[in-house]
Amino acid sequence: METAAVTDLELVARCRAGDAAAWHLLVERFSRFVYAICVRGFRLSEPDAEDVFQEVFAKTFEQLHRLRDDGAIRPWIAQLTRRACIDRLRAGRETAVADVEDTAVDELAEIDRALDVRQALAELPESCQQILDRFFARDESYRTIGDELGLPAGTIASRISRCLEKLKSIMEDPDGADRPVDG
Amino acid sequence: MSYEIEEIAHLLSVLPPAPTGWVEAAQKLPQLRAGIDELVARAEQDAEVRARLVADLESALAEIGLEPTPNALAEARRRLKA
Repeated sequence: METAAVTDLELVARCRAGDAAAWHLLVERFSRFVYAICVRGFRLSEPDAEDVFQEVFAKTFEQLHRLRDDGAIRPWIAQLTRRACIDRLRAGRETAVADVEDTAVDELAEIDRALDVRQALAELPESCQQILDRFFARDESYRTIGDELGLPAGTIASRISRCLEKLKSIMEDPDGADRPVDG
Repeated sequence: MSYEIEEIAHLLSVLPPAPTGWVEAAQKLPQLRAGIDELVARAEQDAEVRARLVADLESALAEIGLEPTPNALAEARRRLKA
């Protein structure tokens, strides 16, 4: 799972300097975001979503030097993705693009909030990141999670509950002043 | 700011992972660009080399350690045409 240790600002600076590991991490950090904008926000088909996904990261790679504020990588990638999705819909002419754009507004706001949650998730211990990601984002059953993590399936629900509480405390107190030390 | 547990749980489900192959292809972009730069440089020096590369792009990519995926082939074709 991803580490929260590297800020977007640092990540962009390292990518600009040609650091391959940083590029790897940047793609990992924003891949779900771009994917969700394509398939959840604009309801692109999988083949169209794949083309847009690759196009967005190619443009990000090529045009990173044009980004004026390194900390603004997230809204910039969101904008690149939105534009690419709209272009793709226009080229297809199968859908009324304006209607899709209208309905996408709420979805995009939710996707943006979801990325906030993922960033907070990266601050949790690896075990909590794994269990929450597997259950909620990957839709795995208690049994599958238990088998994969070597835990009795009966303990998964209580672990999920504890990890959600930890995540909630991080979301509500990003600086950690009131965060429980253990749990 | 206050959050409900149910809302957090829902938001976690909003961002499923992108397909692994898509992510890996995007992560390999720097190597792909560097490899294709190398092929383009070779092609620019000699028309015969360019013709040979274009005729068998799959082998040319494989020779420099790049997997000849559809994306890689399309990008190499585009750059060699330019």
